[in-house]
Amino acid sequence: MFEIVEKNELANNIFEMKVLAPRVAQSALPGQFIIVRTDEKGERIPLTICDYDAQAGTVTIVTQIVGISSQKICDLNVGDCFADFAGPLGQPSEMVEEDIEELKKKKFLFVAGGVGTAPVYPQVKWLHERGIEADVIIGAKTKDLFTYVEPMRKVGNVYLCTDDGSEGFHGMVTGLMEDLIVNQGKKYDVCVIIGPMIMMKFAALTTKKYDIPTIVSLNALMVDGTGMCGACRVTVGGKTLFTCVDGPEFDGHQVDFDEAMRRQAMYRDNKKTNPETHKCNCHG
Amino acid sequence: MANRIPRVPVREQDPKVRATNFEEVCYGYNDQEAALEASRCLNCKNPRCVQACPVSINIPEFIKHVTEGNLQQAADTIAVDSSLPSVCGRVCPQESQCEGSCVLGIKGEAVAIGKLERYVGDWRIANADSLPKPEITPNGHRVAVVGSGPSGLACASDLARLGYEVKIFEALHKVGGVLVYGIPEFRLPKDAIVAKEVEAVKRLGVEIETDVIVGRTMTIDDLLDRDGFDAVFVGSGAGLPRFMGIPGENLNGVFSANEFLTRANLMKAYDDEYDTPIYAGKRVVVVGGGNVAMDAVRTAQRLGAEAYIVYRRSEAELPARVEEVHHAKEEGIVFKMLTNPTEIIGNEKGWVEAISCVEMELGEPDESGRRSPVVKEGSDFRIDCDVVIMALGTSPNPLIKATTKGLETNRRGCIVADEMGQTSRQGVFAGGDAVTGAATVILAMGAGRKAAKAIHEYIQSK
Repeated sequence: MFEIVEKNELANNIFEMKVLAPRVAQSALPGQFIIVRTDEKGERIPLTICDYDAQAGTVTIVTQIVGISSQKICDLNVGDCFADFAGPLGQPSEMVEEDIEELKKKKFLFVAGGVGTAPVYPQVKWLHERGIEADVIIGAKTKDLFTYVEPMRKVGNVYLCTDDGSEGFHGMVTGLMEDLIVNQGKKYDVCVIIGPMIMMKFAALTTKKYDIPTIVSLNALMVDGTGMCGACRVTVGGKTLFTCVDGPEFDGHQVDFDEAMRRQAMYRDNKKTNPETHKCNCHG
Repeated sequence: MANRIPRVPVREQDPKVRATNFEEVCYGYNDQEAALEASRCLNCKNPRCVQACPVSINIPEFIKHVTEGNLQQAADTIAVDSSLPSVCGRVCPQESQCEGSCVLGIKGEAVAIGKLERYVGDWRIANADSLPKPEITPNGHRVAVVGSGPSGLACASDLARLGYEVKIFEALHKVGGVLVYGIPEFRLPKDAIVAKEVEAVKRLGVEIETDVIVGRTMTIDDLLDRDGFDAVFVGSGAGLPRFMGIPGENLNGVFSANEFLTRANLMKAYDDEYDTPIYAGKRVVVVGGGNVAMDAVRTAQRLGAEAYIVYRRSEAELPARVEEVHHAKEEGIVFKMLTNPTEIIGNEKGWVEAISCVEMELGEPDESGRRSPVVKEGSDFRIDCDVVIMALGTSPNPLIKATTKGLETNRRGCIVADEMGQTSRQGVFAGGDAVTGAATVILAMGAGRKAAKAIHEYIQSK
């Protein structure tokens, strides 16, 4: 059993939880995810790791209520336990494997949308801890839906945008990306985009226009998450890959987003899940 | 003569009824039926059945004990060679192993060895509390076992009996590996049988930790160097599902058998009380002819679909157990033999609408000795369906290979191990599907037991 030691409501229906899972905390790296199950009858839900503390033995996850299973997760409180909390799963972000000196020469742009902001955080923090300062765009529909802005400001240069103009740049992340690249003349060597599939699709189209190598983190449907069921298969560069063992991060210019979005909605009308369930598990 | 008695039929759920529920198909023998069936055994001097058993259970001897009503002794006899009789009695391909070699089968019907093994195994489970506890003297050595499937459970229980402190690490939330995620409830009850077999292993002192993915949560090197285990047994099982590589395999409504069965078995998606969804559709086509294909097609039918098997060879080549094919037919599964899919066709929303196939005919024998199927020109046809399930086998999970330095794998990605399970890494042993690729429960169990012997020798000689 994995105890919840801290819980915060970051925005309406978006909760952050710190969970005691020492084995996971010890091995976790940026870009990886965990599989969580609330109880004996619960689904196995993949959630991206948002922070980890090997010493305290805790792993942080962020969940938005979108359906029955995410509701069950968010209904748990401090002192309650998850039946299962397995991981870390998936490949760590590419940067973790790279030579630090090479990394220092690169200018990173992170683009975070919705609940995708939290999974961006450990990557920006990881770079910051190694003396690399990255630009981070955080987008939301409206300012009340921002999450992780303050922690992010401590580790990166944050640019905000809202669809309704209530805070920061008035427009979508793609608009702010163009603004930084075209109007402010910023040059980027790598762009990491995490958020709703539709946002990742269009943000990746934008970086393609400017020829910036791009990484996206996919939140495909999964059952076991360990490389057994194949539910999470995705087409990347014409090849079928498994998000759980080959990903979750892929070349954003190679991913077939339309297929990924269609597959993600596979159980949307299932009798067990309300219409919004499985829309996403973590990224918004 | 005893062999004049015909093989005692085993009682089963009515096919029409069972095709709508997940309860066990076969009821097994009662005491009278078992004793009568056991009396058919000729107790051959040179028992061919024993030779044909992958773990060489002393079959005539245990059957003799059944005839005499000495079930404790029957159980002890089996236990010398097998740790999972209730499981193997249910899922072994007896017709190509023990029963396939039974002398009685030459002119008549083989002794129902599998059903008798199951009977003895179930007796042992029912009487577990009153059986004497084995006396174990701890020897101070520790062994880690990766995976709690048939090979891991068998390896762990043998080592525990020898006095080792054994810890099993299981990636999923439930213990049993393929016995819980793969084989359906109607063939192998999870609470009544699998959980009980696991209990028996725990009673030997074996500790089991779930939610630990070796290769991710920790590595084999962590286990040996950091955590102080003297040896590791890798029984991590099958891995990534294979697909055909035909157009349309990523349409909505196309599943691997692994996914479909894991949803149904491990996650109990067929039960409305559980949160995990499953989509069985109105008409399901399962591609493949092995046990996994039979399990998937019968599960789909139980979920209310009209269910088809599509297989590229003929019925004689079906790799599934004869009993499963027979049960599937009784339940109304449609078998399309000598049929090979060429494309899965989707509707405008990207959901499966049909599967295109061609008819095949059998040509010359291939390397497996089976006649290889050849396409009949101009035989294209389509089957309208809304779900396609691919049951084409798996390739090994890449996690352990990728994170264990010096662990040799072959070109298919299987861990290379010798007859006794020794891998290219000192102190690391492996067995089961992780080594052989998809095979049977009994072979995995046998490999686990051999590795236990090798681990014992390795540690004692250190």
